[in-house]
Amino acid sequence: MLWETLRLAVRTIRRNVLRSFLTVLGVVIGVAAVIAMLTVGQGSSQQVSASVQSLGSNVLVLRPGKRTMGPPTQGETTRAFTLRDADALAELPVVAAVAPSTSASVTAVAGNANLTTTVTGTTAGYVPVGGWTMAIGRNFSETEGRSGVLYCIIGETVREKLFGRADPVGQSIRVKGLSCEVIGLLSPKGATSFGRDQDDTILMPIRAVQRRMTGNDDVGSISLTLAEGVSSASAQREIAALMRERRRIAEGQDDNFSITDMKEIASMLTGINAVLTGLLSSVAAVSLLVGGIGIMNIMLVSVTERTREIGIRLAIGAQSGQVLMQFLIEAVVLSVLGGVIGIATGLAMAYVAAQVMAIPFTPQIGVVLLAFGFSALVGVVFGYFPARRAARLDPIEALRHQ
Amino acid sequence: MATASLSGAAPPVIELRDITRRYGSGEAEVVALGGVSLTIRQGEFVAIMGPSGSGKSTAMNIIGLLDRPTSGHYLFQGHEVGQLDQDQRALLRRHYLGFIFQGFNLLPRTTALENVELPLVYKAVPGPERIERARAALARVGLAGREGHDPSQLSGGQQQRVAIARALAGSPTVILADEPTGNLDTQRSHEIMQLLTRLNRDEGLTIVMVTHEEHMAHYASRLVVFVDGTVQSDGPVQGENLHVAKGG
Ligand SMILES: Nc1ncnc2c1ncn2[C@@H]1O[C@H](COP(=O)(O)OP(=O)(O)O)[C@@H](O)[C@H]1O
Ligand SMILES: [Mg+2]
Repeated sequence: MLWETLRLAVRTIRRNVLRSFLTVLGVVIGVAAVIAMLTVGQGSSQQVSASVQSLGSNVLVLRPGKRTMGPPTQGETTRAFTLRDADALAELPVVAAVAPSTSASVTAVAGNANLTTTVTGTTAGYVPVGGWTMAIGRNFSETEGRSGVLYCIIGETVREKLFGRADPVGQSIRVKGLSCEVIGLLSPKGATSFGRDQDDTILMPIRAVQRRMTGNDDVGSISLTLAEGVSSASAQREIAALMRERRRIAEGQDDNFSITDMKEIASMLTGINAVLTGLLSSVAAVSLLVGGIGIMNIMLVSVTERTREIGIRLAIGAQSGQVLMQFLIEAVVLSVLGGVIGIATGLAMAYVAAQVMAIPFTPQIGVVLLAFGFSALVGVVFGYFPARRAARLDPIEALRHQ
Repeated sequence: MATASLSGAAPPVIELRDITRRYGSGEAEVVALGGVSLTIRQGEFVAIMGPSGSGKSTAMNIIGLLDRPTSGHYLFQGHEVGQLDQDQRALLRRHYLGFIFQGFNLLPRTTALENVELPLVYKAVPGPERIERARAALARVGLAGREGHDPSQLSGGQQQRVAIARALAGSPTVILADEPTGNLDTQRSHEIMQLLTRLNRDEGLTIVMVTHEEHMAHYASRLVVFVDGTVQSDGPVQGENLHVAKGG
């Protein structure tokens, strides 16, 4: 009997394909939206955790200026760091490695190719602290890093733009008019959660950048990794104490620099990502409800249109439960059909979005099953009322209906 | 008459005892049936006549277990069935009754075969056997070869034959027909009546039929005349009886 009812439902639906499709359009849109949201959300959270990994563990970043949430206060000059600050930090037992850096926006040229990028003047510590690895060539040596020698390490994007697939090591590029020998290529990291391409970078020894490009001895920021087993909080206290002393900050005055634990940023990003995904998915889920109401509406119309059919079935010996099942199953089949179309559409949308946003495409079987189950549930919930109306019809009245 | 004497000996299938059916209440109360008693035996072909509004359809609905009497007793094959609930009555209809309506009442956009299969679906007859029996029923009403036709592709007479096949398919004890020829021309009406007569005579089917045409009543073996919700006369289809029917 159940099989018969299913067959009947499919036949009734196929009898009017366009109307059936319009009936379930709401469910299609709702399910597609939920699937797309959750899939993209999952992809971007993988992206976030990948970039957390790429930050390396236990990385702190020091920047001049107060830690403020709002716009910077007027009339306040912030003193930059110096290389000596970095050296002093490196002396601390809690600090494992230090990478001071200063950066400048430059045009890099090789042959006919050129691009505008950022050059970061830094030391040999930058590669390990930043969690980079060398794809080809080598890192600066300690002495090269602290010298003014014109060596470059380039990121994958710079390589691609200037050299294509060719090996750049040993070639020279012109950075701000200076000829600079490429000694290494960084392994690609991809974009950050904010969409910044981390591979669009050139590294040079810090003194070379200071003398020839920025024209001062300033160090814009200092990244450092902590020694094994050191707690971030106590290390931050020690580092803050040292920097306050070096920058001569009187007791009771605020710090004029900030220390950021990259892990905090990462967990904040993950949090924002989760909240956004949840929010958008619930909006999408509401549209699924609207889709359910659409099904209920058309099923009610259908019951009215088919009153005579119901009367015939009742006269022939259908029990009210069987009539109820007939309409309920029809609603569920419709809704599940909408769900399946929605799942396919949602996955396609998520795939396109993943390509555009350059995040991984991560379809999840759990989400797909959930959407499937949910659309069946929508069919049951919103199909029940019309089905009950059909089941409660009086056979004589129904037969008399025109 | 051979048939009459034979049916006199057969066991009763339908026994109405002082059945009333009232609609509404107080001022607006309508008494559709005012105490009807009627016994129909196995193998009878009964015609019911009477003026419009005399309660014929109401009586048929109660006999057909589509409706319940306000008071009185209804015994079907010896069992009290007057006050059974919806689902119990549905089961009895499914197993013992076949309906033929004035307006045919076939499912639209559904083939003749599928229409005839319908009662078998509710009797949970498995697929292949169901198709077999539905085909056989269509053949019995002379519609072999029309299995795949849609009601809209069939003439009125053919549609009514499909409806008869559907009523037959479930192997009922009683066929109930409320003005089965009301929507047909004279020629088709006679064909349908000949078909019903054959089913009654050759297969022993009990038939109760409402009609307002004397010609059609002549096919039956017994005539019951309703007037104002009561049985005015009951007997062979001739003489006094027919006069009452015509007078009403
Ligand atoms: N559902 C109903 N509600 C109220 N009155 C009804 C209803 N059905 C039938 N009647 C009344 O009952 C009487 C008998 O009707 P019916 O059995 O249809 O007559 P017939 O079939 O002999 O023409 C009529 O007066 C009719 O108006
Ligand atoms: Mg009538």
